[in-house]
Amino acid sequence: MAAEGNAKPAKKLSLKENYALLTRGLGWEPSYEKQEEIFRNISFEGIKIHDWEKWEDPFRLTMDAYWKYQGEKERKLYAIVDAFQQNNGQFNVTDARYVQALKIFINGITELEYDSHRGFSMLAREFPGVGPRIAAQMQSLDELRHATTQIHTISQYAKYFTGMNEFPYQFDRAWYLSIPKSFFEDAVTSGPFEFIVAISFAFEYVLTNLAFMPWMSGAAFNGDMATVSFGFSAQSDEARHMTLGIEVIKFLLEQDPANVPLVQKWIDKWFWRGYRLLSLLATMMDYMLPKRVMAWNEAWEIYYEQNGGALFADLARYGIKPPTRAPETIAEKGLVAHQMWSVFYANRDAVGFQMWLPSEEEMDWMSEKYPDTFDKYYRPRYEYWREMEKAGTPFKNTTLPQLCQVCQWPCLFTEPNDPTTLSLRETEYKGETFHMCSDGCKDIFDDTPEKFVHAWLPVHQIYQGNCFLPDVDPTAPGFNPMYEALRYMGIKPGVDGGDFKGSADATNWEKWTSRPANIHEGAYTDAVRDTGNQSDVARKAV
Amino acid sequence: MATTSTQPVFIALQANNDTMPIIEAIRQDNPNAVVHEYPAMVKIDCPGRLVIKRTSVEEHLGRDFDLREIQINMISIAGNVDESEDEFTLEWKTA
Repeated sequence: MAAEGNAKPAKKLSLKENYALLTRGLGWEPSYEKQEEIFRNISFEGIKIHDWEKWEDPFRLTMDAYWKYQGEKERKLYAIVDAFQQNNGQFNVTDARYVQALKIFINGITELEYDSHRGFSMLAREFPGVGPRIAAQMQSLDELRHATTQIHTISQYAKYFTGMNEFPYQFDRAWYLSIPKSFFEDAVTSGPFEFIVAISFAFEYVLTNLAFMPWMSGAAFNGDMATVSFGFSAQSDEARHMTLGIEVIKFLLEQDPANVPLVQKWIDKWFWRGYRLLSLLATMMDYMLPKRVMAWNEAWEIYYEQNGGALFADLARYGIKPPTRAPETIAEKGLVAHQMWSVFYANRDAVGFQMWLPSEEEMDWMSEKYPDTFDKYYRPRYEYWREMEKAGTPFKNTTLPQLCQVCQWPCLFTEPNDPTTLSLRETEYKGETFHMCSDGCKDIFDDTPEKFVHAWLPVHQIYQGNCFLPDVDPTAPGFNPMYEALRYMGIKPGVDGGDFKGSADATNWEKWTSRPANIHEGAYTDAVRDTGNQSDVARKAV
Repeated sequence: MATTSTQPVFIALQANNDTMPIIEAIRQDNPNAVVHEYPAMVKIDCPGRLVIKRTSVEEHLGRDFDLREIQINMISIAGNVDESEDEFTLEWKTA
């Protein structure tokens, strides 16, 4: 046909032109509603935006390319998850202690992905700029993908191990899971600009590398093919999210000088909130990986001190300073993992994962990694507790801990430069006294007390009698408040948590794999094959 | 395009067969890059600026390569990103 024969083929668009047409080109000016009626939440925080068109999109990722690459990631991941399940991969990890970390993951972290999905859906609706709306929309879909892939992957473990089958229920009720829950709900109930600075910048850009790079690499090192696969599949999205984080900061700072102090305040707040949350990863890395990749203090040096240092050097041109409480995080890097493990150990009957004291091999590793702190402060404590275990009088907390009004951790931390003095802060507000774990959390409370006086602190609620199921009668003979509070939280008392040795997980592991449930302590049961190891020989002789 | 910064940028990639040609291309085009190998992961640090060139990846890979394919195996990055058909760049602007 002549007409078609004369037409020149359309010139192939460059990546940038294609991107412009498929993002910015999709926006429109409203004609029958006022702009401010459509976007109602963008002015109350005080952030001034003069020109949304100045937003820079670093990745030229259009929606069509997004679906193509995300589809490819999913096919890769689910092929691995299938292979993992078909090959009984849950028994190929180093030992059953490692699985306890997955309980924390599914009960405490996966729900954050879902909350993040909700938060970014709201941003995709609330921002007037087309570039950030599309980035927020993609991220919202990513976060939903992360939640579903984590649930699918860990469901295989839940068939064989305790404590993973009540995850959405536990997240809303278990006392220590209010730490991640309150973190994200604080963010999602902020304005859209605080939310994006909190999550995209302070949490994802500055802090999550620390969690997911060494932790997921550690999962791989311990043979968990499934977790490393969903972890790195999620991280491939995170790299894009982090870029959103740094772009949003630059955009806000370039739009108006009045934005600088607001952004600085949010960086200070959310760096500290995020750091406190991730301290959980400190103890997971140092204590729950039977084979270790690096220690928490090394990860902090690489990912905060070195890489965070480079970031804040770059942002100095806008007048942005490193977070005010960064020095405390550096001072605490040799303390925090050990203090947290000690508190979980002492409260092991009240958590949904099992606990153990570190082995000789592990303590030697910690002495080497933490030469200034471990032998001086923590090794003697663990050795003493081991003696108490041997004597049949193991150390346990019989009361519940004081929680911080802001981060909701037990007040377990010490003064950053004095590991022998607990750090306790308090503030009076409207005639009531509120308790905080640190100066960082006190700063946050004092800045917005009205937001934090309403915090639902689980320990207070338990003691007030608000954490019992409807069938419970506190006047009945033999009423055990701790047992009933755990039941309310979705934790099976004496099954999901408690001592690792003698637990259903440890015993089943040895029965099903013929390998020790704790590679450092030799076999707990006769189900383990005699390997000729001295510990096995000695045990059989007894 | 030269930056005065010597602060480290980095890219972390999954350690797999897809990323080997990308890592080789990075080594070739960034003489100051330092490659750290961890279980399942490779983290490449470079002072100031790191560039991934499409033509170099194609040379090592033996086929056409769309730089956006990096998304599939990327674990993390640090630095300001700029992406075109030909180059993926990470950079700190100021010292």
